[in-house]
This record gives sequence, structure tokens and C-alpha cells, in this order.
Amino acid sequence: MNAGDTHETVLVDDLTRTQIVQYAGASGDYNPLHSDEPFVTEIAGYPTVFAHGMLTMGMAGRALAEWLGDDALRSFGVRFTKQVWPGDTLTARFVVDAVEDGSAQISVSVTNGAGDEVLAGSATAAA
Amino acid sequence: MADEFRFPVEATHVLFFRRAVGYADAETSSAVPPTFPIAAAQFDPAYPLRPKPGEKWFGSGKEASGGASPRVAEGPPPLHAEQHFEYHRPIRIGETLTVTSEPGKTWEREGRAGTLKFAERITRYRDEDGADVVTGRSVSVQVFPKEAP
Repeated sequence: MNAGDTHETVLVDDLTRTQIVQYAGASGDYNPLHSDEPFVTEIAGYPTVFAHGMLTMGMAGRALAEWLGDDALRSFGVRFTKQVWPGDTLTARFVVDAVEDGSAQISVSVTNGAGDEVLAGSATAAA
Repeated sequence: MADEFRFPVEATHVLFFRRAVGYADAETSSAVPPTFPIAAAQFDPAYPLRPKPGEKWFGSGKEASGGASPRVAEGPPPLHAEQHFEYHRPIRIGETLTVTSEPGKTWEREGRAGTLKFAERITRYRDEDGADVVTGRSVSVQVFPKEAP
């Protein structure tokens, strides 16, 4: 792995409400914001349900593991910068910023179909 | 969140999590995904975002909401703003981790939508020998809208 290496991959094409529910069940985060249309629209004031930030991070983590190997990560941290909605197509872009002392610094960005960044962060991995 | 609880890392739970985040080989690999530690919530007896028998749930039933969000004493429900993991070693299926959690820093700033109040929480996942396996840091944000002029 070298500085400047880039990896881009589609995390999900046309995110479904069912995958959001599947993530709720697996993670244990049953916040009604992610599955409960009457609550979300009438109480919380959003147009519809939206994905857990952790679902986007989980898919990005999966893509990092697929790219670098299952046990390569030393750290992984993100900010959730925009909501992810049913129907979104998400693309992750990973860039190796530096490699030193056997460790790679990687920047992480996930964008939606409109090109807006929904997640931004970084990871370090064994290089 | 409870101050301390046990998190058994089980094959079926990992399988369901791998499916949910889209692993093509969810059925044939047993590697634990990088964000799996967050699913310790399933084993947290005090986790507020899981309905419990005999307790009112704030999501919809007959009405659009069954009551206030249980997570905060006051103000709007928090959103997840940041999540960070530090991996000391890989998690393995079959081990039982001990999860401890404590509040971290708090801060606030003015944003376009109003006042943003941030709160950090540090979660430590340790193995049966007491060695650190993963350290988590989450940041939640509450958005207090600007008062009408």
C-alpha cells in the first residue's frame, strides 16, 4: 500500500427501508426515527424514515475490510454529515494519505447520488 | 446505558450483522465487522432504544407517539454525530467482552439551525483477562432551535 492509493466502491444501490429495519434488528438500535413512519413524520418532523448513521459506517467498515483484509484496521472514526434516506445510492471513497511505521493513514468519504457527503472520517490500518 | 455489562460475541448475531451491512459472504465468513461493537446494545440491560415489556415506548402505536424520548431529561432527542473505534486486537466469536461506559466531554456551539449541544461517551470493551479489545467514542448532538425573534 502506498500514499495516493485510492479505492472507490458502491456501498449500496437504492437503499431499502427493509435494509434499515434489518440493521435495526442486528444492531439493537430500534430508534423509531429509522422505521416508524407516523412517529417520524408527525412527531419528529422529518419527511420519512432515515438510516442509522451506523448503517452507513457499518457498510463503509465492511468495504474497508473487503479492501484491506478482515483484521487490518487499527482505528476507524467518522462524522455523520448528512442524513441518508431510503432510495439513496452511496459510494465510498478511500484514499491512502500516508504510510509510515507499518501503518497507513486513510481518509474515508461516503457520498450520496447527488454528490453530497454523508459521512467523513479516517482510518488507520496495518500496511 | 448500564455502567457495565457482559457482551457474548455469538456467531448468529455476527451473521445477522454481516447481512445487515451487506457482506456478500455473510454466511461463509465469521470475521467480526469493524462496527460490530456497537451491537453490544443488544446486551445492555439499560439500553433506552429498545422497547421493554410493561414500559411505554415513545414510538407509534394507536397514537404517533407513546411519550417522550427516554434518553434525555430535557430538550430534543439526540442524534448520533460521530463514532470512533480504536482496535487493540480483533474480536473473536465465542469470547465474552465486558463493556463499561462513562460520559466524556461536553461542548456546544452555535449553528445555522440553533444551538448545538454535543456530548461524548467513552465505551471500553475488555476481554476475560481484562485486556482492552476495542475502545469506542461516540458523540451525540442535540439541536436546540433558535427562539423566534
